[in-house]
Amino acid sequence: MNHHAIAAIYRFEMARTFRTLVQSIVAPVISTSLYFVVFGSAIGARMTEIDGVSYGAFIVPGLVMLSILTESISNASFGIYMPKWSGTIYEVLSAPVTPLEIVLGYVGAAATKSVLIGAIILATAGFFVPLQVAHPVVMVAFLVLTSVTFSLFGFILGVWADGFEQLQIVPLLVVTPLAFLGGSFYSIHMLPEPWRTITLFNPVVYLISGFRWSFYGVSDVGVATSLLMTLGFLVACAAVVGWIFRTGYRLKA
Amino acid sequence: MDPIIRISQLSKTYASGLHALNSVSLDIRRGEIFALLGPNGAGKTTLIGITCGLVRPTSGTVLAGGHDVVRDYRAARRLIGLVPQELTTDAFETVTATVTFSRGLFGKPRDPARIERVLRQLSLWDKRNDKIMTLSGGMKRRVMIAKALAHEPQILFLDEPSAGVDVELRRDMWDMVRALREEGVTIILTTHYIEEAEEMADRVGVINHGELVLVEDKHALMRKLGRKQLTLELPERLEHLPDALAGSGLELSGGGAELVYVFAPGDEREQITGLLRRLDAAGVAFRNLHTQQSSLEDIFVDLVRGDRAREGAGVGER
Ligand SMILES: Nc1ncnc2c1ncn2[C@@H]1O[C@H](COP(=O)(O)OP(=O)(O)OP(=O)(O)O)[C@@H](O)[C@H]1O
Ligand SMILES: [Mg+2]
Repeated sequence: MNHHAIAAIYRFEMARTFRTLVQSIVAPVISTSLYFVVFGSAIGARMTEIDGVSYGAFIVPGLVMLSILTESISNASFGIYMPKWSGTIYEVLSAPVTPLEIVLGYVGAAATKSVLIGAIILATAGFFVPLQVAHPVVMVAFLVLTSVTFSLFGFILGVWADGFEQLQIVPLLVVTPLAFLGGSFYSIHMLPEPWRTITLFNPVVYLISGFRWSFYGVSDVGVATSLLMTLGFLVACAAVVGWIFRTGYRLKA
Repeated sequence: MDPIIRISQLSKTYASGLHALNSVSLDIRRGEIFALLGPNGAGKTTLIGITCGLVRPTSGTVLAGGHDVVRDYRAARRLIGLVPQELTTDAFETVTATVTFSRGLFGKPRDPARIERVLRQLSLWDKRNDKIMTLSGGMKRRVMIAKALAHEPQILFLDEPSAGVDVELRRDMWDMVRALREEGVTIILTTHYIEEAEEMADRVGVINHGELVLVEDKHALMRKLGRKQLTLELPERLEHLPDALAGSGLELSGGGAELVYVFAPGDEREQITGLLRRLDAAGVAFRNLHTQQSSLEDIFVDLVRGDRAREGAGVGER
């Protein structure tokens, strides 16, 4: 292992994060707080409990997941797209590093940032609603697994994208709808058929469901299924990244 | 001694179908300065790109320090530093941060003393805490050189190091390249400035349309192709060459106003003395004499225009 290289990429990416601390951290915290004010306090006061959990508390895991998904994707995609766009990627491509080391550096940094943001949002949520975490280990596992998986997805997006529009449009057109329709704000049991069955094809359902289970011990789908689906998506993304490096897709002429 | 780089029958066809390299074979000797010359689009950057891992070869192999650059890329790339043709730097990083990053990327532990030495060598020490975007173009190029040197490479590729660089920086860079060679670093540079190759290189390779047209020791090349000629200006025009000078190698030119002699390989002084003696004997006086030697540029232009040009082409007017 060229651990110096992993550390160099990781540090470089973390420095980028801290250089843009305001956008990176303050922005997601503010937008999440807004959700709490609107959905948790204003609307939530008129909502009944879902699965025995107050509505304000019910939406916390979904909101954290929503932020983690968007942050992981945008961070990791920018992280690899920027050097590709500016040309500085020549250095990484000509360095004695394996694809695994490159991915550990870039994806590791993006995932770290997502986990940090997730933690900050959880802490923020604690100001608005009473929080309880029934299964902390599972909670952290989902947090990390999701951050890594979607950072990998973002990495693929960054390698694939030819322009800044594509970089923005995929999260906007694909990920945000999936997250909203994946049960961030409701239990999928509340949906009528056939929507309930259709929803089960949305991978984000499993993330949110499993994550919510780690808080309140209730879930839309079994937690083992959630974990397996998340792992499956991780493996799929890892396979695509492996293929990218094997073929030099959009990285090498 | 084994060559430090061995390129064997290397070909590259880009996805567009363009044949950028056509079965190029070339050995680079350990510790030499090798200049790769060729017109725009000849394939110089492609050749460097394949060696450094930026471009995938279509066929053929490249060994760096005995390691295949594709199969054993880790070992090969550790030896290599690259300064690419394009100026590409991270705008928001400081000089020290970006050079430190490069060293880590190539698997070397942190070494602030080494980084300081490189930055001082390139007159970047005063700028070490500046953001790169605040530097001038020439300074940015120095930063790129510093990045390439941060991991102490044995082989340094400089792809058009003097493009957009003023005379002073070019001088500095040449001094630096010579100093590196003293330390045993092998340097491969591409350039469009022939005088650069002429001044710096030990050997010269000329590439055109993806084919290596010539590889030669610089001095041998000059000797072989660089014709040296002696011109004697006459006080009055001659109708024809005096019989006494027949077979001397002297020829009448310039409408009878000049006598021209092309030096044969060997001792020039001896040839001149012989000529002067024969001129004296033939009673031919001259007003002035001068010698001209063709430069690498003349040779280069000839080669690129094709061999047919060489026959007719006289010695350059430089
Ligand atoms: N990524 C690419 N895709 C397709 N064609 C390319 C690519 N890169 C270079 N080429 C083509 O390959 C040929 C060789 O290009 P290369 O950059 O190696 O030339 P060069 O000798 O470095 O030229 P210059 O002196 O202008 O830098 C050119 O015709 C160029 O257009
Ligand atoms: Mg070039």
